[in-house]
Amino acid sequence: MAMERSKFLFTTVAFAALALYPFAAGSFGIDLVTKIMVYAVFALSLELLVGTTGLVCFGQAAFFGIGAYATVLLSSPTDAPSLAWLLPACVLAAAAYALFVGALTLRTKGVYFIMVTLAFAQMAYYVVHDTPLGGGTDGIYLTVKPVLGGLLDLDKPLALYGFTLGALVAVFGFLALLGRSRFGRALAGIRVNEQRMRATGFSTYPYKLAAFVISGGIAGLAGFLFAVKDGFVNPELMSWHLSGAVLIMIILGGLGHLRGALIGAFAFALLQELFKSEAIFGDFAKHWQLGLGLTIIASVALLPRGIVGVPRQWRERLVGRRIATTEVRHELAGPPPRVNFRVRSAEVPNELA
Amino acid sequence: MDLATFLIQCLNALQYGLLLFLVASGLTLIFGIMGVINLAHGSFYMIGAYMAYALAPIVGSTFGGGFFATLGVGVVLAVLLGYVLEWAFFSFLYQREHLQQVLMTYGLILVFEELRSLLLGDDVHGVKPPDILAGTLPLGEMMTYPVYRLFISGVCLLLALGMYLVFTRTRLGMMIRAGSANREMVQSLGIDIKFLYRVVFAAGVAVAVVAGMVAAPVASVYPGMGNTVLIICFVVVVIGGIGSIRGALLASLVIGVVDTFGTVLLPQAAGVLVYVLMALILLWKPDGLFKAG
Repeated sequence: MAMERSKFLFTTVAFAALALYPFAAGSFGIDLVTKIMVYAVFALSLELLVGTTGLVCFGQAAFFGIGAYATVLLSSPTDAPSLAWLLPACVLAAAAYALFVGALTLRTKGVYFIMVTLAFAQMAYYVVHDTPLGGGTDGIYLTVKPVLGGLLDLDKPLALYGFTLGALVAVFGFLALLGRSRFGRALAGIRVNEQRMRATGFSTYPYKLAAFVISGGIAGLAGFLFAVKDGFVNPELMSWHLSGAVLIMIILGGLGHLRGALIGAFAFALLQELFKSEAIFGDFAKHWQLGLGLTIIASVALLPRGIVGVPRQWRERLVGRRIATTEVRHELAGPPPRVNFRVRSAEVPNELA
Repeated sequence: MDLATFLIQCLNALQYGLLLFLVASGLTLIFGIMGVINLAHGSFYMIGAYMAYALAPIVGSTFGGGFFATLGVGVVLAVLLGYVLEWAFFSFLYQREHLQQVLMTYGLILVFEELRSLLLGDDVHGVKPPDILAGTLPLGEMMTYPVYRLFISGVCLLLALGMYLVFTRTRLGMMIRAGSANREMVQSLGIDIKFLYRVVFAAGVAVAVVAGMVAAPVASVYPGMGNTVLIICFVVVVIGGIGSIRGALLASLVIGVVDTFGTVLLPQAAGVLVYVLMALILLWKPDGLFKAG
């Protein structure tokens, strides 16, 4: 299929470009792209929930923050901790909180789900914000960066870049595989019509919970990378602004595609850098949010399917007809269409007769 | 805590809760009737507060001024703003997914914040209450209570009552309720649903702006004040049940009490209490206290 091939081509080219980028870039560029790749991992974690399963989580920053805080709290201030146990521990910490939150929140639906996930994220936020556990509002520093034996020292920007890219590729590949598996198909089914999935004999709750925990774990991985990169954590990592920003990234990129999360993270962060750039906007750069806001509004008006949908939008415009959409839209609001089996089965014999 | 302090805290809780209700009621209406998740609603509160600050000198020099004239001008401007915003940004969003609306209104927040920063700067401002309401009432032997806070509660109660009457007793309210139940049916009965939506949106904006304006003298006027109130209002809307005015009133009063007494009795945990409450209520009643219907 041409479509499949172009997707594959895009992903390969994008990752190859990221792998070659350090040879061309200075230290500022490497730092920036490392940060964006961390956001991309974070955005991918949310894409699994929102784009694949149809669960709009507005508290994703909690898992990110827990991953980041775990990194700092678990490592000793003097000796370099080993990646081999620190990374899994951080991912597990975030996944454990996701298990707790998911087990409770998945009882609710739609907008209520959005708000309950926010509530649990705010709870985590206030725990680190108001108690001495995590250094309060001042945050805490990660003094020694983790290492992997003599192989990898994440204190070096290039090593961190490579490691982050590796993590990004791994997460992307994992989610792509997951999407093709029976489990991933079940998640997609839940997004399209949960009631019908239940009617066909799937117990949907464990599937949703598993997706929630996996997503939380990946967000924890992103948090780990962020803490190692910045060497500093503060409660803002768990604030709803970050949950909102990552949601914006995946919507901007285009929901329902893993590429969308990747593109969205890059687009969002690069737009931010663009409007913050004093070289282009001079003094006006301190009002960077205005440009960002207007761009976001324009993108909603002009790109209803996100950036990923642009080629298709152009194709439709050039060909001059709308390609029939067999693709099922995300139904976030309203109950799923009810299928009345009894009426149908009563109709069939009539037609036969 | 003696009786006088308790009473004062009760009044504070009532005032805070009613103020929250004003902002949240607009949010729940726009949400329940038009199906739009409006993240920019907190910005209208912020705009109201800044209007109270910035319009006062202008209104003073043209109309001879006073707090109430400023309030009046503010309401007119707010209705206009709401009407234009609905026409320009929201009217094409109804057929889209909810998340597109989230994205759009997030963009609007950024734009409003920056426009505010460009026009009025990033300083924190104070607004003086009007002279007639500047006094205090004695409460017990030692305590006093500012009249202005009572005035806020009064304004909020009046507006709440007004909204209730419009919704349940007038033709317009009937059409709005019908429109929220079935958009197509109302349209086919010959009612201009687009105009109706525009009215609802403008009213929602106006109420939030009024809330901001009357709150300005007690809560100082500062950048980002809209975002703080937005999240709490979402909590109110969700606890109360989406689209339910009654639910929003009850929920905002409960939150007013929990937050005010939480700050006094358990200052370390004050921030988290509201969210714990919300989580508990939603786990008990996954659709909020009163489901609109």
